[in-house]
Amino acid sequence: MTGSAIELVGVDKSFGSVHAVRGISLAIARGSITGIVGENGAGKSTLMSVLYGLYRADAGEIRVDGKPVQITSPRDAIAHGIGMVHQHFMLIDSFTVLENLVLGAEGGLLLAGGMAAARAELARLAREYDLAVDPEARIADLSVGEQQRVEILKVLFRGARILILDEPSAVLTPQETDRLFRILATLRERGVTVVLITHKLREIMAVTDHVFVMRQGQVVAERRTKETDTHELAELMIGRKVRLKLDKAALQQGAPLLSATGIGLVDARGLPLLQDITLELHAGEIVGIAGVSGNGQSELLQVLSGIRPPSRGAVRVGGLEVDANYPTDPAEMRERGVAHVPEDRLREGIVAPFQAAETSILGYQDKPPFSRNYLLDNGVVGRYCAGLMEQFDVRPRAPTLRSSNFSGGNQQKLVLGREMVREPKVLLVGQPTRGVDIGAIEFIHRELVKARDRGCAVLVVSVELDEILSLADRILVMFAGRIVGEVEAARADEGAIGLMMAGAS
Amino acid sequence: MSPSRKPLPAWADLALVPLINIALAFITIGIIVWLIGDDPFQALKLLVIGAVGSLDAIGYTLYYATNFIFTGLAVAVAFHAGLFNIGGEGQAYIGGLGCGLVILAFDKVLPAWAMVPLGIVAAALFGAAWAAVPAWLQAWRGSHIVITTIMMNFVASALMVYMMVNVLIAPGSMTPQSRGFAPSGQLPALMGPTLNYSIVLALACCVLVWIFLWHTPWGFALRAMGHNRAAAIYAGTNLKRMTMVAICLSGALAGLVATNELMGVQHRLLLDFQAGYGFAGIAVALMGRNHPLGVVLAALLFGALQQGGAELAFDMPDITRETVVTIQGLVILFSGALEHLPRPWLQTLFSWRSR
Amino acid sequence: MAADFVLLAEPVMDDPGSIVFLLSAATLRLATPLILSAMGGLFSERSGIVDVGLEGKMLMAAFFAAAASAASGSAWVGVAAAIAASEVLALLHGFACITWRGNQVVSGVAINILAAGLTVVLGNAWFHQGGQTPALDESQRLMPLFFRNAGDNILVYAALLSVPVTWWIIERMRFGLRLRAVGEMPLAVDAAGISVGWLRYRAVLLCGLMSGLAGAYLSIAQNAGFSRDMTAGQGFIALAAIIFGKWRPFGALGACLLFGLLDSIAIRLQGAVVPGIGEVPVQLIQALPYLLTIFLLAGFIGHAVAPRAAGLPYEKEH
Repeated sequence: MTGSAIELVGVDKSFGSVHAVRGISLAIARGSITGIVGENGAGKSTLMSVLYGLYRADAGEIRVDGKPVQITSPRDAIAHGIGMVHQHFMLIDSFTVLENLVLGAEGGLLLAGGMAAARAELARLAREYDLAVDPEARIADLSVGEQQRVEILKVLFRGARILILDEPSAVLTPQETDRLFRILATLRERGVTVVLITHKLREIMAVTDHVFVMRQGQVVAERRTKETDTHELAELMIGRKVRLKLDKAALQQGAPLLSATGIGLVDARGLPLLQDITLELHAGEIVGIAGVSGNGQSELLQVLSGIRPPSRGAVRVGGLEVDANYPTDPAEMRERGVAHVPEDRLREGIVAPFQAAETSILGYQDKPPFSRNYLLDNGVVGRYCAGLMEQFDVRPRAPTLRSSNFSGGNQQKLVLGREMVREPKVLLVGQPTRGVDIGAIEFIHRELVKARDRGCAVLVVSVELDEILSLADRILVMFAGRIVGEVEAARADEGAIGLMMAGAS
Repeated sequence: MSPSRKPLPAWADLALVPLINIALAFITIGIIVWLIGDDPFQALKLLVIGAVGSLDAIGYTLYYATNFIFTGLAVAVAFHAGLFNIGGEGQAYIGGLGCGLVILAFDKVLPAWAMVPLGIVAAALFGAAWAAVPAWLQAWRGSHIVITTIMMNFVASALMVYMMVNVLIAPGSMTPQSRGFAPSGQLPALMGPTLNYSIVLALACCVLVWIFLWHTPWGFALRAMGHNRAAAIYAGTNLKRMTMVAICLSGALAGLVATNELMGVQHRLLLDFQAGYGFAGIAVALMGRNHPLGVVLAALLFGALQQGGAELAFDMPDITRETVVTIQGLVILFSGALEHLPRPWLQTLFSWRSR
Repeated sequence: MAADFVLLAEPVMDDPGSIVFLLSAATLRLATPLILSAMGGLFSERSGIVDVGLEGKMLMAAFFAAAASAASGSAWVGVAAAIAASEVLALLHGFACITWRGNQVVSGVAINILAAGLTVVLGNAWFHQGGQTPALDESQRLMPLFFRNAGDNILVYAALLSVPVTWWIIERMRFGLRLRAVGEMPLAVDAAGISVGWLRYRAVLLCGLMSGLAGAYLSIAQNAGFSRDMTAGQGFIALAAIIFGKWRPFGALGACLLFGLLDSIAIRLQGAVVPGIGEVPVQLIQALPYLLTIFLLAGFIGHAVAPRAAGLPYEKEH
């Protein structure tokens, strides 16, 4: 098919047992802006990484301008005119714009000549694509939007005619995002092909000509943007999956156990991560937080569990008030009855080289019955762990086995068990079934409901909308660091929630 | 060429790889000995006899091993916390200063049962204090502990020279050393001229460290921090405080070298009593895989090397005590920097076997 | 011409000009090995490879310079041998750190200890003088060029020259740009299609070259032979100079000169009385470079920012 800048034919990629990209075939028209949209784990980033040579496809063919090509490294991709602007910029903070631009294409052993030529070329690119940046500015001094422009310039400097942008607006303010779209439109006018990977439907509608919807490693739909709308796209993105039927007793909402008012959080640069979060967790209910990852959910969990103090606002739990001036720590939160199952169990929830028995008391090691008179009683810990494994079906039942040798699902059950078995008042859970097999998923969900029925206030953060819909009594949707919607689960409309998750409503 | 990360069976990881690392070190030194023109096997025989061939030799070996246990434990404890304490030389030195000061001040008025514990405590406290500075800088100011501890070693050296030459020198002495300790400040000998009761202290420290690391909640938190800082934060550990605890404990252990050298053997304060033990502690800890039992075994090996090496130097004039130093360097190289070297070969071997 | 300079170089203690001259000469003499070593260390550190083993490389180089010079009768053979020995250690460090992604500090410490032992072992085996090499006569050394008593041999000038050359390589050459990049963000360098490992190996080799010259200076230029442990911590002072100079060539030069000056004053200050303080202990002055470095690292004197990727092995994810 001529007129296609890129054609993918039967591209397949797996990582171990994870089949990330399943036999994808698609064609991207030259001189267009094409969007690739999908939820977390749909495979969009993996597909583009294959195109850019960061990964090698297990099967399939890539054609550029109709000709089949071999792309085994970013160098090959660049040679074929494909450039990628990553979510995490590959820019060296202490270098100037010009130095970053020229790295890898210096044009000779001595810098002087290459830099002069680069400066001229940069001026030309700036004129042609309306992408003005001060060549002598240090990256560290530039705003995020300007840094992104440098990334785009880098790619154009290498002669790219096909530009892939991976979630470009994730780090931008709305104004910077609009500026970016104007730039993309200019690029298209000049004949550059743009591929936009995003989960934000508003952007797709605002700037793309075509859109591909991906789900679970496959392309489930292709549309001309003019002929579709956010509702249809949201539906396609989320799909019509069978909701796991969970028998839940009726909601018996009790007293508020944890309340957060006006929580704000800024990062080291002053960019807002959380804005004006207000919520209450009552005894005997499960509150689900839906949203695509990267919209502040992780930071919210960190604030509520005591790992990070809020920059603004306060958290109240068990008679304790936590704010920017009176920070706390996870140990104190545990004392107040707040338990936390972290989103990333490998990074935070377990200590990989520790035995399962040791992991089973992580965070509680100084409490009775594990510690008496300042000594850890390993016998007690071992028996406790064995009991925990029995209760939460952790296999194999081997308290002395290294924590990293358990499967993902069993690790998760261990962590969950650890946090739940002490019957906390508030249970914060992040991505409870990430990387967990079906059997364990069911088990974990039932345990969460049990905790809720016991009177615990449960907060579940998940990128799987299905999970939220089946577990939660109340659903909050987060987008860009704010809570953009609250729905009773019984009255939840998938489409509406999908729109909120994509920032479209 | 890059090493893969497939796990080996536990026994291979814990025992086989270290043995191969040591074997490589010994093969290398054997080659060097051969290159110099001596017979490596003869050298090995003389080394072994020199180390354990007589009661006297064993006494010396154990005496050396005592120092290696202290400094090996020091490095091991820090490693468990994920930190590299290269300051053992300086911490041992200043520990000696503390021990010497206290004993010189009180040895004529206190009986042994009070003086000895006081001397031990002073050695530990001063060693800990010397380590506290780089520890604080790392925890609160983010200063790289490796560089600060190296610098502190040199400062300790300068400080000690000043103290010995100007302050503590025994009246009428030509060399910079203090007056002798009164008997109350001396540790009785166990066997031969050097082995003394400090070895009991060293072994006691091994047990205490073992208890601390694996049988107390702080040791638990310290090890968690060493493996995974994010998990330690999640578990509510104060990383800054834990860093101080780990490094100060490490310094205290290094400081205890003074109990062996000063209270047990020299019976006075002098310069360079600790020379080389601090750095060798790194080799001992690495070889002993940071476990107290491993440290004891490695310390025995290094003690044997030191004693055997000294004897060997008498019999084979081409081989000097520095051969031992070279072996130490090779052990650190193979057990530390190149520890993954045998893995790909072993993995291939194991995958053949399991077919 | 030479005679005039010789006259000038005769010490006249009461003449301020003479004192300044002698002090400067002494400073340079003591700073030269530091400068050479620091420039080498700079290449390594800027590329992200921490090098605690500067001391060991210098020591090994010093030994081989003296040994080769004694054996061959030529100082230049000595210099070549010094560089070769240093490069062997440098490659070992590179092998451990780059290819095997080992702990860079442990590797450096290992090399130091290895060098300390091996130099004496070989020295004893070859020369039977307890680790020393035989004393060298003038034909086997690098002798002063212009000022007989100032010790300005060719390596001193080489050291001074090496600073702007290092600066120029790092700031004005393609290699230098890439070197700086790989020390800050190897991922960006890799993404640009440049080999991280090869860059770092070249940095490590340059370090070996400079350490070789530093060691050669010690044994066949400044002194007349090798004696055990003759580096006496100068490799660590060079490391301190790099940090103190904020990982920049001219900054490091300034630090080296400062440390050299302190060293040359140290002996003269012995017994001198500073009003209000009393006698200044020579050990305090000897400890000053290390104390200053600690202060710097603590952030009390300005802010030293190490190359961001320093000490971290680079692992590709494919």
